[in-house]
Amino acid sequence: MSATETTTLPDSPEDKGGPGQALLIVKDLRKYFPVRGGIFGRAQAMVQAVDGVSFSVEKGEALGIVGESGCGKSTTARLLIGLTEKDEGEIIFDGQGLGDALSLRDLRRGVQMVFQDSYASLNPRLTIEESIAFGARVQGLDDPVGRAHSLMSRVGLDPARFASRYPHEVSGGQRQRINIARALAMSPRLVILDEAVSALDKSVEAQVLNLLADLREEFGLTYIFISHDLNVVRYISDRILVMYLGEVVEVGPVDAIWSRQAHPYTRSLFSAMPSMDPDNRTKTPPLSGDPPNPIDPPKGCRFHTRCRFADSVCKTKAPRLMELPQTPGHLAACHLHDPASGHPKAGQEGLA
Amino acid sequence: MALVETSEAAGPASAQSGYWSGVARRLVRDPVTMICLGIIVALILSAVFAPWLGLADPYKGSMIARLKPLGTEGHLLGTDEQGRDMLARLIYGGRLTLFIGLMPVVLAFFVGSVLGIVAGYAGGITNTVIMRTVDVFFAFPSVLLAIAISGALGAGIVNSLVSLTIVFIPPITRVAEAVTSGVRALDYIDAARASGANALTVIRVHVIGNVLSPIFVYATSLTSVCMILAAGLSFLGIGVRPPEPEWGLMLNTLRSAIYVNPWLSALPGLMIFVTSLCLNLLSDGVRSAMNVRD
Repeated sequence: MSATETTTLPDSPEDKGGPGQALLIVKDLRKYFPVRGGIFGRAQAMVQAVDGVSFSVEKGEALGIVGESGCGKSTTARLLIGLTEKDEGEIIFDGQGLGDALSLRDLRRGVQMVFQDSYASLNPRLTIEESIAFGARVQGLDDPVGRAHSLMSRVGLDPARFASRYPHEVSGGQRQRINIARALAMSPRLVILDEAVSALDKSVEAQVLNLLADLREEFGLTYIFISHDLNVVRYISDRILVMYLGEVVEVGPVDAIWSRQAHPYTRSLFSAMPSMDPDNRTKTPPLSGDPPNPIDPPKGCRFHTRCRFADSVCKTKAPRLMELPQTPGHLAACHLHDPASGHPKAGQEGLA
Repeated sequence: MALVETSEAAGPASAQSGYWSGVARRLVRDPVTMICLGIIVALILSAVFAPWLGLADPYKGSMIARLKPLGTEGHLLGTDEQGRDMLARLIYGGRLTLFIGLMPVVLAFFVGSVLGIVAGYAGGITNTVIMRTVDVFFAFPSVLLAIAISGALGAGIVNSLVSLTIVFIPPITRVAEAVTSGVRALDYIDAARASGANALTVIRVHVIGNVLSPIFVYATSLTSVCMILAAGLSFLGIGVRPPEPEWGLMLNTLRSAIYVNPWLSALPGLMIFVTSLCLNLLSDGVRSAMNVRD
């Protein structure tokens, strides 16, 4: 069985909702982690890791998720694949809600994940072939070994040379390609890449990114690409979602966000990105300090403690994610874009 | 070792055999470990095949031939306080001593590994229940615990086995739990869970192979302690009962003869010392042979 001749991965879960149905819809996803302490280990406080996150991913799309460390990107990813149990919210995969029509096991057939640490995500005692074949074997797919071999050649590793090697015997870039093959062995439709290229050096990163782009086209995959590197996200993604302290602050098409960042936080993220263009120097000062404690996030808009445009309304009223009138599909959660919010500078174009 | 070109299906067993053959190769190159292994194997073989070695009857005493010194005609290692042949008693004594010295560790290795791996993998309330129960046993020194349980159950071989097994389950569970929680936090366990495998499959394929060698090495280091404890129980009269030959018991009964024939009384102690030393060195050797990279 050669994977290169098919347009989707062999034995991929069949499409249920049709092309118009978003592959993944997330509604009001919430996860609070208890901070235990005291003699009896009772929950003393809650870390609001993910607080009311909603978004959707269309079929064949690549959604990039960006944000600072600790903003809930990775927790969101773990919630989506069921590695962490959600407190509240809905996860709808191809029209079927997790827990209703869709079991966790079926969800994991359709969604797979690639982790940041290429070494820790491979069992040191299994050969590369066994690691890749494991998932297919567990899912009862036929010919797991043949599948592993064809995926190995697809990601550029000669099965004859690499199949019986151990993870510590190959390089970091090769390991991450093994991890990609391992994720694809279960023929998922959605692949979550959690900082999948962040630990690689630049030349290897480029190779892996190109491989990811090729695989997406070849197998019609959908990606959720989590990274802190905006350039990498721009290269791979169709849309970008910006998270801050467990909330979505802005989401929109790559080009729209690249040309105009609607949320002050997004703007700070972009201004912190080194620019290669002498005409486009960093003028606004990037953010300073750490994000506030997610145990006790600021009232109102969570960003107001670090925002240059903060006003009294920002300290009391939490902004909602609203579509910008000029650019459809581009949403931001900021009072500056809501004329009804009561912010003195609301609606003034050019400021925000 | 992994450059072999192979295209046929290979189960998880091949990874294990590749690893174990490397361990064996490193062990063979270690002379101290090999000598210790040789002594232990010789002791075990002589104990197992004792009836076929043409030895004197270890139970038959003689009132006129009591406490003969080493090198006596017909009694190479002398006779004990009842005139029984020491060589025969030492070799026959190896049967019981080695059995109740090793068996509890083997049993505790299985029970403790299961408890520790379950506790470490499951975490949460399961972990708390198992580990706090284990902690109760940790509150007592192992010698005291062994004496207390043996004393409560009464003397006898089976009761000694049970009490020593109970003594060694808590430390092995501790080690197993610690190693398993470490492995549990690694991404490949998450990746395996995310592939839809159930907990048993994840433990079987991904956890056991990565936790068993440290637990095993720790357990081998306990065998010498167990030998000494078992001998100690017999010495105190709550282990093996006379007239069974057992090194700890022999040490006790020959104690009174120490002024008459000191070398003779030292023989069972020497056997305990050599065996436990060899077991210790052997476990050290196995530990370094198992350390592949880190």
